[in-house]
Amino acid sequence: MADIAFLLLIFFLVTTTIETDSGLNRKLPPMEDVVDPPIIKERNIFSVVVNKFNQLLVEEKPLELAQLREEAVKFLDNGGGKGEEACSYCLGKRNSDSSDNPEKAVISLKNDRETDYKVYIAVQNELVAAYNVLRNREFKRLNPNLGLDFVQADKIYNDPRTSVSEKERLKPLLSEVKTLFPQKLSEAEPSKTN
Amino acid sequence: MSKFKKKKGGELPAISTASLPDIVFMLLFFFMVATVMRDSTLMVSNTLPAADQVQKLDKKDRVMYIYAGKPSMRYQDKFGTQARIQLNDKFATVQDVAAFVLAEKASKRQELQNVLTTALKVDGDTKMGLISDIKQELRKVNALKINYTTRIGDYKQNVK
Repeated sequence: MADIAFLLLIFFLVTTTIETDSGLNRKLPPMEDVVDPPIIKERNIFSVVVNKFNQLLVEEKPLELAQLREEAVKFLDNGGGKGEEACSYCLGKRNSDSSDNPEKAVISLKNDRETDYKVYIAVQNELVAAYNVLRNREFKRLNPNLGLDFVQADKIYNDPRTSVSEKERLKPLLSEVKTLFPQKLSEAEPSKTN
Repeated sequence: MSKFKKKKGGELPAISTASLPDIVFMLLFFFMVATVMRDSTLMVSNTLPAADQVQKLDKKDRVMYIYAGKPSMRYQDKFGTQARIQLNDKFATVQDVAAFVLAEKASKRQELQNVLTTALKVDGDTKMGLISDIKQELRKVNALKINYTTRIGDYKQNVK
């Protein structure tokens, strides 16, 4: 009897895995001051402001959080540029008041010091989701036979159990899509509430 | 009549199980010794916000944790209800973050020192001011890779 109990004990010891954390990965800008900041045209900036009452102001207009993803996708996918700045893979409206191409498009996020962290995370989540929507689309277009989308492929790539050869195979595919839709998310210093 | 008659019907002798407990104990001790658990006790309330566009934070050896939030119930008499930072097992101020990051960095293996991620485990009700201050400190010591640790769930839970 004791043996059975011990066997069970060891079975569970071996099979339980300790939960790993997950979250939104971000990269902070380095501290050095940029000597001359690049000039970005107004139409290439998608401004998102969150105030101390956790309300959203997107492109100078109040917006519900539920619509943020859609608006961000529209902005990034617009492809309004002409000639050299044209975007061949964008499916947007080619509006001349919105971004030229995903390479140029910058999302600018500004929050107040009194903004709640959970709202900030929700906004971040939606902006990352917008990028993921577009990256998924491009990944599927470029690799129709793989049966994966960008997020799944990225997950496999980052899994430590994936074999090296598999990683080598996925790496160029992922970075190709990343250059089509680079994540350009800039955060301003939070404003003080007075 | 013979006393040494061979037994008929070759029954297999039962395998002795006397050593089984020893084997089992050996296994038990091996796994007990080989398992590493590392967790600091939380002194702040820590209800993480929900997000669904998350990436896993594997490879625990290259992660350092910064906790923030309101002090838990039993510390509130002493430390009040203002959101605070917790580093390892102690409450800390924003100025301590840089030193903590450098100390953590120095304690890791050489090849990992440049690929460290800072996981921010922050309570959902904390104000962004504190988090911005932490981020500024992290930028000062060049710890640029961060991860906002979240629960997996729909973002709408955050804005109720």
